[in-house]
Amino acid sequence: MRLEYFQMIDRIVSLDGDTIQVESRVPEASPVFEGHFPGHPLVPGVLLVETMAQASGWLILGRNGFAQMPFLMSVKEAKFRNFVGPDAPLDVTSKVTHDGSGFTVCEARVMSGGKRIADAEILLRSMPFPHPDLEAAMRANAVRIGLPGHAA
Amino acid sequence: MAAETTATFDKVADIIAENSEVARDSITPDSHVTEDLGIDSLDFLDIVFAIDKAFGIKVPVEKWTQEVNAGEKPAEHYFVMKNLAARIDELVAAKQV
Repeated sequence: MRLEYFQMIDRIVSLDGDTIQVESRVPEASPVFEGHFPGHPLVPGVLLVETMAQASGWLILGRNGFAQMPFLMSVKEAKFRNFVGPDAPLDVTSKVTHDGSGFTVCEARVMSGGKRIADAEILLRSMPFPHPDLEAAMRANAVRIGLPGHAA
Repeated sequence: MAAETTATFDKVADIIAENSEVARDSITPDSHVTEDLGIDSLDFLDIVFAIDKAFGIKVPVEKWTQEVNAGEKPAEHYFVMKNLAARIDELVAAKQV
C-alpha cells in the first residue's frame, strides 16, 4: 500500500467469477499519519472506501478483460467498524451483486486480523478507457498485483 | 395507456421519486426523464439499478444510448416515461418467453 499514490492493493489472492479477494499491508509510516492523527495514526475512512472501490474495480477489469474502465460512482451503506493503523494487514473482498448495463454494483468488505474494519455497497460505471496512458498504467498495475492472466 | 402500462408507469415513477429529488406528482406519462425531470447521470444509474431489481430485468441502457447516438431511434422512444414503461413491459415479457 502506498497511501500517497492511492496504490491501495498489494496483491490479488483470488478472482473467482463474481468475487475477488485481495490483500494489502498498511505502511508503517506515511505523511497521511502525520495529520490523521498526531499521536494516534489511523487509516482514514475515505482511504478504506478507496481500497474497497479499487478491489471492486479490479474485479470488474478481471471480468471484462480490460474492455472498459470502471469508475467509482456511488458509495452506500459505508460503515467503519474498527480502527486500523500502521503495519496492519488488510484482507479485502468484493462480490458483484448486480451486473447492470454499463454499471456494476458490489458488496465490499475490509477485514484485519479477523476483525471487520469496513464495508460498503460500491457502484462503478464502466466506460471506454479515456486515455491510452490510463489503460497502459492499469495493465502494468495488473501485472504488479497479480491479476489472473496478467502474471509478470 | 393500457392498464399494464399504467401499473408499470406508476412503479417507475415511484422509483424515480425515491431515487432523485423529483416530486412524484410532477412525473407524467409525457415527461422526458432527463429534459423534463432533470435526472442526472448518477441518479439515472440508481434508478436503472432499482428498475432492474424491481422488475427482474437488465435495462439495456448502453444499447439504447448507442441507438439514440447513431440516430437509429429518437431519444423519446426510450426516455419519455410512457415509452420507458412500454420498453420495460417488453423486457419483462421477453424474460417470460
